[in-house]
Amino acid sequence: MMLKHVFYRLCSTMLLLLAVSFFTFWLMHATPGNFFDSLRLNPQISQETVARYEKLYHLNDPLLVQYGHWIINILHGEWGYSFYYNVPVTHVLGGRLFNTFILSFTSLLLTWGAAIPLGIWAALRRNQWVDRTLSVFSFAAFSTPSFFLAVLVLYAASRWGVLPLGGMHSPHYDSMTIIEKIRDTALHLIIPAGVLSLSSMASLQRIMRGNMLGVLRQQYILAARAKGLPEGVVIYRHALRNAFNPLVTLLGYEFASLLSGAALIEIVCSWPGLGSLLLTAVRSKDVYLVMSSTLLAGVLLIVGNILADILLTLVDPRIRYGARK
Amino acid sequence: MKKIFNHNSRIEQAFASFHCNRLSMLCLWVLVILYGLAIFADFICPYSYKDEDRDFSYCPPTAVEFWDHGRWERPFVHGRALTFNSVHRRVYVIDLSRKYPLHFLKGGRLFTVDAPGRFYLWGADARGRDLFSRVWYGARISLSIGLLGVAISFILGLLIGGIAGYYGGWVDRVLMRLCEMFMMIPGFYLMLALRAAVPENFNSVQVYVSVVVILSLIGWASLARIIRGMALSLRERDFVLVAKSLGVPDIVIILKHILPQTVSYSMATLMLTVSSYILAEAGLSVVGLGIQDPVPSWGNLLSDAMGIVPVIFAPWILLPGLFIFIAVMCFNVIGDTLRDALDPMFRD
Repeated sequence: MMLKHVFYRLCSTMLLLLAVSFFTFWLMHATPGNFFDSLRLNPQISQETVARYEKLYHLNDPLLVQYGHWIINILHGEWGYSFYYNVPVTHVLGGRLFNTFILSFTSLLLTWGAAIPLGIWAALRRNQWVDRTLSVFSFAAFSTPSFFLAVLVLYAASRWGVLPLGGMHSPHYDSMTIIEKIRDTALHLIIPAGVLSLSSMASLQRIMRGNMLGVLRQQYILAARAKGLPEGVVIYRHALRNAFNPLVTLLGYEFASLLSGAALIEIVCSWPGLGSLLLTAVRSKDVYLVMSSTLLAGVLLIVGNILADILLTLVDPRIRYGARK
Repeated sequence: MKKIFNHNSRIEQAFASFHCNRLSMLCLWVLVILYGLAIFADFICPYSYKDEDRDFSYCPPTAVEFWDHGRWERPFVHGRALTFNSVHRRVYVIDLSRKYPLHFLKGGRLFTVDAPGRFYLWGADARGRDLFSRVWYGARISLSIGLLGVAISFILGLLIGGIAGYYGGWVDRVLMRLCEMFMMIPGFYLMLALRAAVPENFNSVQVYVSVVVILSLIGWASLARIIRGMALSLRERDFVLVAKSLGVPDIVIILKHILPQTVSYSMATLMLTVSSYILAEAGLSVVGLGIQDPVPSWGNLLSDAMGIVPVIFAPWILLPGLFIFIAVMCFNVIGDTLRDALDPMFRD
């Protein structure tokens, strides 16, 4: 039943993905002038390459035909050629995707690991100084532009001089042992992941607090207390589970803002991820790179949403997707 | 006391509780001041936003002084002389021999100093332009772009959500798939992809308009989905049925009977969306894809600060970030208060 639901979701998202890709494709071609014109003028690219790609992407055919060929090429693993990096797009994308994944995943762990206990804490100490301090903090964090926060932290780090200022690896990374490599990357990860999770932590903490307060008002909590259960059991066994469920639904939405936020942070902290790649691509009008990385970001978001869905069925036994039909 | 609220009294009540909330009134006044300063930028700023003097690159803030040779004088500033230190870094030393009195209300500006002197209240940027002036000229763009973007995406979101919810069926399905398509691409990626489609040779007005359009395209979908949900339940209500049986055209029912019912929700969201658009514009401009250079916006004023080196030697270029923070914070507080007041779910 579970598998059937996942399959159903996959099919419908495939259709959506097609629509997204067509939109991106159309967008790239809506730009006045053929982008191959500028390539022809570029002395670094041979005329044969241009002609080969013109033929490969059927640039003289109508838009829909071009799109069809593009999709077929993508399914064949031919994602196009990056004229900025002078390699096929796939060569650049793989590593970048992995880096974005590391950054987003770490900050997701940080966010959830900190926001949920803080939310519970604030709910239990409602309107006391802990709650008030946390709410002021959340408002401030929520209103600070993440890139600005990143610059402030980088500035502080430049004064302090312990953490590396941007990038992902130290210059002598290649000569390190495995353990040193992991440590080096982790050190580089601290600032971008910390800043990224700080802003999403703020809103998540507020939501967790709200959920917890809502649950604590329920009758079954009163019943549990009336039974004489210890307060710890009431809160952590009865209240927490129910307050937690709506957050799992949010997880899907979190991915979208996480990826967007990650893009800006990547750019500021020069983390070699998908977002900074897309910026380079847009700046240099590297069409295939723009289309592929947008598409890939969409895929990442969809995968995240499906995972959140599956997680929800695992966490909440009331949800059975198969039974709906 | 339990009272059945009709629509108007709920909004009135919300405004009343808004009025009582000191913090949100404070935020409202801060916003009024910010918008006022932006509107009167021509009068308040000593220089125009593109008035540059390359001899004063990253000149630190100038102090206004009143005390000279043991007696009080009218406010004046000292001249600055550019020297280089042992590692060839620019150092501006205060030149005590040169004095430039501040002129008030001269040439239509609130305060200026005479030509060879420069008055940098908040320091200068890389090209020796006055940061104070650029912040307030930039406020015009940053503060208006959010409002315009929100206006467009609200019209889109309300209309599309209203139509989808009212008609239901295949109209609903098509429109909602369209929404999902926009929501499927992470916002910042969508912004960059849309920006890639904008021709490079646009002038500053065209860039401004295209940034507004890009912003409005990223936000309408989520609003449309929520309005659609409300419209779905509203269309079953008696007053819609009455209007229908009286032969009121569908579009009038949507505009006059359904959408006004969603106002309470959308007003609070409006404020929160303005703040997210201000942030989005800043994000787009800071990476150099939004408002282009001679024209300032709070975002592109910060683009200099993105490389960490200028910040170390001229920390005052971070100042526009503070204003983004203040404006966004105010919109958030107001939106939050309105939502608490309007939405019974959030009320205790």
